[in-house]
Amino acid sequence: MMADAFLDIADLSIVLRSDRAHRLLRSVDLHVNPGEVRGLVGESGAGKSMIGKTIFDILPRAVEAVEGAVTLGGTDLLALSSNARRREIAAAAALIPQDPLTALNPVRRIEGQITDRLTAILGFSKKAARDRALTLLEEVHINDPERVLRSYPHQLSGGMRQRVLIAAAFAAEPKLIVADEPTTALDVTVQKQILRLIAEMQAHHGTALLFVTHDLGVVAKICQNVTVLFGGKVVEDTDVKGLFAHPAHPYTAALINATPRYDRPDQSLLPVPADVIEATRAEIAKADAEWLSQRGQTLKAAS
Amino acid sequence: MDALRGILTRIVTTAITLFGVAVIVFAVIRIAPGDPIAMMLPPGASDEDIARLRALYGLDKSIVEQFFIWLGNVLHGDFGTSISIRQNVLGIVLGRLPATLELSFLALIIASTIGVGLAYLATRYRETAAEGTVDVINGIALSVPDFLWGLALILTFGVAWPIFEISGRVSPTLDLPFTSNFYLLESLVRFRFDITLNLLSHMIMPAIALALPLAAVISQLLKSSLKETMNQDYVMLARTKGFPESRVIARDAMRNAILPTMTLTGVQLTFLIGGTVIIERLFSYEGLGNLAIDAVINRDLPLIQGIVLLFAVLFVAINLIVDLLYTLLNPRLRHG
Repeated sequence: MMADAFLDIADLSIVLRSDRAHRLLRSVDLHVNPGEVRGLVGESGAGKSMIGKTIFDILPRAVEAVEGAVTLGGTDLLALSSNARRREIAAAAALIPQDPLTALNPVRRIEGQITDRLTAILGFSKKAARDRALTLLEEVHINDPERVLRSYPHQLSGGMRQRVLIAAAFAAEPKLIVADEPTTALDVTVQKQILRLIAEMQAHHGTALLFVTHDLGVVAKICQNVTVLFGGKVVEDTDVKGLFAHPAHPYTAALINATPRYDRPDQSLLPVPADVIEATRAEIAKADAEWLSQRGQTLKAAS
Repeated sequence: MDALRGILTRIVTTAITLFGVAVIVFAVIRIAPGDPIAMMLPPGASDEDIARLRALYGLDKSIVEQFFIWLGNVLHGDFGTSISIRQNVLGIVLGRLPATLELSFLALIIASTIGVGLAYLATRYRETAAEGTVDVINGIALSVPDFLWGLALILTFGVAWPIFEISGRVSPTLDLPFTSNFYLLESLVRFRFDITLNLLSHMIMPAIALALPLAAVISQLLKSSLKETMNQDYVMLARTKGFPESRVIARDAMRNAILPTMTLTGVQLTFLIGGTVIIERLFSYEGLGNLAIDAVINRDLPLIQGIVLLFAVLFVAINLIVDLLYTLLNPRLRHG
């Protein structure tokens, strides 16, 4: 446990409610220091998004955090009631969602969607919130912020909507922003701009950033540190230079090898070798067996 | 240009609808057994008298001929003379319309309030006993027809605990200073809240009886629509902004969920207005529906035609209003 971390996830396990012996996150440790940019990498289904959802209390009802702590700025979130927890995160953390086409409310104007948490929770006047929204829209390089504030989501392009969502995430000057694969749903030509924009906003505001992605290339570009997940388990937690220079876990090494490189276009695409995946799975199975033997009785009692 | 074409299409389809209604009503009530003339004259009337009266009301001509005479008159604003009341049909019908409109509107307000309230509760406390309770309430409200609710209300709040009036629209002893037949509306505008209370005391039970089935429909539709909306990304994002669940439902989910519910509520509202025929009879409420039953009993052909045509106009108007509201509440349609 690191004392100075702003976000400190310790020993977090998430299980299916229907089968409490089935873990989706396996004793995960994750720290993000103030101002740090940390990549959270893993393939589909590795549990990357679930970590973000746990912080924001938007886990699906089918799953449940059974042990561990999620501490944000010194407050243990899991110990709070749902509404108290949401108040706590309102000013401290924000989410940049994955798909800008579905993340804005189609029947509400943009202005309210950027300013609602300022006016409703943080006590801004309508005028002050509006001024703040205009400044933020300029920061994300929107040319006619007045018009955008008046617009409905369907009147903006995908790239514009993601800019709006980034502006909204920075609205309350949070200490931590979780970006959940923020460029995956965008057109390739826009991806780069949005990525650069997020890095620029992060540097400007000094916000800590947890960047969830499956793209190691993106991690190399904008992150200082990186956590690699496989099957809901942390297999690597290191700084970016160390990750690429001497990966500690064979899975990470194989993953780096599998990343296509633009400077070597003749090289064919390499999958992660099956024996590496088998070995990592075996490692997880062993950890699970240990975990179950320790807690089997309590789990049965609970369900 | 598109808007203009839309309006034109609307007018033409409306005209065709009303013409169709007119044809069907005209044909059916003349083919059905029963003779209005026989009911007007004493049993011993001579054949000549019957024939003279028949000619007076134009009933000696063929049905097709009668129809076109009637249609021509209607297009000039003349709906004929009621056989039983012996007054101008349009005057009678328009005089009764406000009573039915006020009753239906009150029922709609009650149904929407209960329906939206129940759907909200079931969503706020989803997957708990509250959601199951709402489903049970919906099931009961929906499976009992409005006139049985009417009877149950009369027995409960009219007979067992006489809290509300069970008959009429307003106490006959009251002096009404009104210039129109929109009593409820006028009593509010004129600040005569004593009369408002008296009116509501008469209207509340028939309105609830009409409202309960519609409330269940609204609740059920809105609840399933909300269930879908609550899983949308923008609702998730609203939660991450720190809003309590109640506000997330009210501000972010409700307006999206209400759109599909509204169109179907419009259709259901026409059923509610159809229901006024029996409910008004049950509560001796002097509206169009009650008048319609009298007209049918008396074989008052011009009056029946006038009432049915007015109901048809009402239904068309409701659909038009729903379409307009939908466009108004949906920014994707408003700013194309």
